[in-house]
Amino acid sequence: MKQSQTAIKIENLYAGYNHIPIIENISFEVFKGEVFVIIGGSGCGKSTLLKHMIGLLPPVSGNIIILGERLSHAFGKEKNRILQKIGVAFQSGALFGSMTVMENITLPLKEFTRLPDSIIKDIAWLKLQLVGLEKSAFLMPGELSGGMKKRAALARAMALDPSIIFLDEPSAGLDPVTSAGLDHLVTDLAASLGITFVIVTHELASIDAISDRIIMLDKTTKGIVATGTPEQLKNEKNNPYVYNFFNREIDKGEK
Amino acid sequence: MKSLPNFTVSKENRSTIMAITGRLDAKGVSGLWQDVTQKKWTRDTPDLILDLEEVTYLDTAGATFICHLEALAKSRGFKDISIVNLKPEYSPLIDLARHIRQKDFSDQIPQKLSFVEDKGKTISEILSETKEFITYTGEITWALVQSLMHPKRIRWADTFLIAERAGVNALPIVALISFIVGLVMAFQAAIPMRMFGAELYVADLIGIAMVRELGPLMTAIVLAGRSSSAFAAEIGTMRINEEIDALTVMGLDPVQFLIVPRVIASTIITPLLTIFSNLMGMLGGALVITSMGYPIIAYYNQIASFVEWNDFAGGIVKCFVFGILIAATGCIRGYQTRSGPSAVGVSTTRAVVTGIILIAVFDGIFSIIYYCLGI
Repeated sequence: MKQSQTAIKIENLYAGYNHIPIIENISFEVFKGEVFVIIGGSGCGKSTLLKHMIGLLPPVSGNIIILGERLSHAFGKEKNRILQKIGVAFQSGALFGSMTVMENITLPLKEFTRLPDSIIKDIAWLKLQLVGLEKSAFLMPGELSGGMKKRAALARAMALDPSIIFLDEPSAGLDPVTSAGLDHLVTDLAASLGITFVIVTHELASIDAISDRIIMLDKTTKGIVATGTPEQLKNEKNNPYVYNFFNREIDKGEK
Repeated sequence: MKSLPNFTVSKENRSTIMAITGRLDAKGVSGLWQDVTQKKWTRDTPDLILDLEEVTYLDTAGATFICHLEALAKSRGFKDISIVNLKPEYSPLIDLARHIRQKDFSDQIPQKLSFVEDKGKTISEILSETKEFITYTGEITWALVQSLMHPKRIRWADTFLIAERAGVNALPIVALISFIVGLVMAFQAAIPMRMFGAELYVADLIGIAMVRELGPLMTAIVLAGRSSSAFAAEIGTMRINEEIDALTVMGLDPVQFLIVPRVIASTIITPLLTIFSNLMGMLGGALVITSMGYPIIAYYNQIASFVEWNDFAGGIVKCFVFGILIAATGCIRGYQTRSGPSAVGVSTTRAVVTGIILIAVFDGIFSIIYYCLGI
């Protein structure tokens, strides 16, 4: 694992909506080529943090640096240029419903490159092959199952070969087998193409299977309660919050 | 700064050597592909060697480009094409791209329907939807009859809320449109009437036209555009969110629960808005007539003596029917919403279109009935 180069750097970030921070003063780094997982209980701000990292929300304060460029203070063309280096697969897939899966994937390629159709088609077929969806290329998103939608979303996120891909709850609402398949795909892609993955999830099985490093957010402290590899966090005996999360125990203090 | 990819060509013995440099990503290769296809770079040799030593980055787009370049070289007459100095980490990508290129995906492309099949499908869809429309009309009618027999079952709180949103809030736009219609009509009618010195009779025209025809029609069309579409969108979204299924599973009748309050609300507000619309239209006419120097009382007397109560009643009776039509089409179209992101949009459009068509048709029917009855 190359853990030398930084892909994303978060500095003293206050994240939230309408200038009211949900997460306060957090800093961390994501290294190139690793699978980085953000976990935490419901409502702790995982998705909010992700929205900040992909530039959908401006930070209340602090810096977000993606591949050495400051996303948090970029605007217009500058921001779009940075955003083209990342890919995002949203929780529901967010595929464009009026286009086939194929058209969904070729859209960014057609918009941002001047490649001829034959090459664009082949690139799209390649992505579809990578996610195992080549049989569904001409289906409409409405005709896909939940797992297929997520894989198609991943293929679209990869269209421009971004070096970082963000996944929001990739295993939510999927059966264990499909979910494991998606996990396998993520680790595979990270290994073969060297893509950095940032994944928001609360699926324990999937955290175990894919993550290189984890940060855990907490609602009460509005910050990071734990950082480390899955093994480190699992054996964390001192912090009851982390222990309960990983051992699926109910917090007795709250009951 | 990023190095844009480029290529240089040299000749050595029996082979042409093409050395590619720079970043082979999607953006980079799009420029390079144009160069490669447009420039003349072939030397008369049987073999081609692609030298990728200076390639600093290669992704799936780059790998696909290399494969297409190989194919292009083949088509330009090279017999043997080889890649040299490829960094080992890139070779799986090139293999993958080659694999994709050799694969035939043509069987995945869906077959187009023939003309006959396509038309047949459309017709059968139209027929089944018409059947559905008639079924729902029956269901709504039955639910309305039941509700009228047991008024306690009607959800009055919802009904009044909907009446406020669809009715009271529509007052300004109904008022504005009616006022302007009255005003414009008065102006247009005044010109020919003036030739006979009969400007005051414009009042008769506006009175009768607003009360019998334009008041009800204008109100109904505004409501079809404003409220019927809202009903369709609301119920369509509920259908997509499985809220209607949830109601059914709880043992609540969605027609009774969602559609009846809307139909009742709409039936109450349409006549009320029409009365308002009639008044505003006449006010618009009054503005023109008074500006021509006639006193307002003359205008009032003219209308009062010419427009009879049965004209007014005829208009209002129509409105009850229009009210039912507006709400029912909106709700039925919403109810028929299929899945998919554009489904709600389709439903709202169809609600408005069907609503306006039905309003026009029923207006015609009423005209015939009134003519026969001598009203």
